[in-house]
Amino acid sequence: MLKCEQLTIRFGGLSAIDRLDFEIDSGEIRGLIGPNGSGKTTLFNLISGIYTPTSGSIVFEGKPIAGRRPDEVTRAGIARTFQNIRLFGDMTVWENLLVGRHSRLKQNVFDDIFSTAKKRREESLAREMLENLLKQFRMEKLRDELAKNLPYGLQRELEIMRAMASEPRLLMLDEPAAGMNPQETDQLMLQIKRLKELGFTVLVVEHDMKLVMNICDKITVLNYGKKIAEGVPREIQAHPEVIGAYLGKQVKDSA
Amino acid sequence: MKQWMNLKTLVIIVAILFAVAFPQMGFKMYYVHIGVLSLLHILLALGLNLVAGYAGQLSLAQAAFFGIGAYVSALLMLNLKWSFWLAAPLGALAAGLVAVGIGLPTLRLKGPYFVISTMGFGEIVRLVFLNWESVTRGPNGLPGIPAPDPISLGFVTLTFESRVENYYLILTVLLVVLVLYYNLVHSRIGRALRAIRNDYIATQVMGIHVAFYRILAFGVGAALSGLTGALYAGYIRFISPDTFTIGESINILIMMVIGGMGTISGPIIGAIFITYLLETMRVFAEYRLVIYGLLMFLVILYMPHGIAGMLKKLSLRVRAGKKEA
Repeated sequence: MLKCEQLTIRFGGLSAIDRLDFEIDSGEIRGLIGPNGSGKTTLFNLISGIYTPTSGSIVFEGKPIAGRRPDEVTRAGIARTFQNIRLFGDMTVWENLLVGRHSRLKQNVFDDIFSTAKKRREESLAREMLENLLKQFRMEKLRDELAKNLPYGLQRELEIMRAMASEPRLLMLDEPAAGMNPQETDQLMLQIKRLKELGFTVLVVEHDMKLVMNICDKITVLNYGKKIAEGVPREIQAHPEVIGAYLGKQVKDSA
Repeated sequence: MKQWMNLKTLVIIVAILFAVAFPQMGFKMYYVHIGVLSLLHILLALGLNLVAGYAGQLSLAQAAFFGIGAYVSALLMLNLKWSFWLAAPLGALAAGLVAVGIGLPTLRLKGPYFVISTMGFGEIVRLVFLNWESVTRGPNGLPGIPAPDPISLGFVTLTFESRVENYYLILTVLLVVLVLYYNLVHSRIGRALRAIRNDYIATQVMGIHVAFYRILAFGVGAALSGLTGALYAGYIRFISPDTFTIGESINILIMMVIGGMGTISGPIIGAIFITYLLETMRVFAEYRLVIYGLLMFLVILYMPHGIAGMLKKLSLRVRAGKKEA
């Protein structure tokens, strides 16, 4: 579904992502882990169009998307959340979701200014879809609350909902459990599993190993912008290079 | 929620009735003139509000777009003998197109850099009005601009010569603009603009082409100011570069801020309040600006969301109080 080939981005002399080959299959939950500064978020920014790669290609569902604008990537069917929550704080929960839905509304500027039948039809379809989303996450009561007034855990959830509102096929979550307490993390785990059942493909960056090992079908490990391992959770846990990267120990014979 | 909507509807109806009845209330013509100026200022503040209040990009070029609308429509009427009804939309279009042209390179700039570039642009436009004497007659301005042509409705003919007639023309335009403006800011366009103000990177990732919406807001706001310029020219019948200064841009900005930016009621309240204030304070002569400055200072300090924001807060508090009782 998503395929990166020889993907590279250099900032000055530093290769933040270095000739990375990386592929995700449709329907899987893929974990992306690695020590701080290993290039996980950079990879997210490359895929979502915020950075333009220095070289290499990114192909999503057969279409090349490297170097496209972020809004074009989203319209192609990829949505994401951010490590440091980026909600529209002065807008309500409901308005955040409506903005998330923006790219699927089909009216044009004139429909909006003259409030035509087409605009009202599109908006009512959007409302229907978003009402369901609210229900699914049990957030109906918080609908008119400003996003910035939500407790931290719910802000994280709202970001996921907002990304889902564009009906992406690939959902990229950047450290969704960061700052969550164990109960919140458990709940998040269930929700990500549900995303898979709903047919989303999920790419998740996470430092919480319990979460990663529990929900991911496959895990990719980055270090210094390079892929050092890839496989199912059990393989990754035992992988000497991974242990080396995390614990900083010298690896003599790598598998 | 419902009660709040009802109160809002009531306020809107009363305000419209008052605006319609105002010239018939027996005030001196001078007050009708202040009424016309207020309506024009509301339109200008609404135009700025779209880009500054909703999209969060402060512009000090609003008086320039106001001037472009006024000069383009006046020149079309004077030199090509066009009717006001054709010249006015063209003045609006000219201002909108110039804004798109200016916005393409400058809207990439952030915060203070964008403000400075719009200030520079505003000054350039004023200097063109002042120095392109073969067309604009420079500092002498353009006298003898015709009033809008009469409209015959069969049973009655509307003329636009007097203050009162112009008042109703501009009020009608304002009411139509307000309906469309309401639609705009309550549609996905308005939501996209507010999202951009909150966080433009996240907005992009929502599939929203940020540059397109910024230019749209800037262009529509400028076109609205251009239309106001045409209405102004048709009312005053004389324009000169003195009207379209940075000072005027700052006045429009103050109206929007005092009233409450990012709302519809804010620019309306602010424009009426400041227009009236500036006129009545003429008795204080040069102390006027001192008082004006002090007032701005106090409002910004104690009412950061403007008069509209404060009224909303008060009404929320009153309702909360009622619930407790």
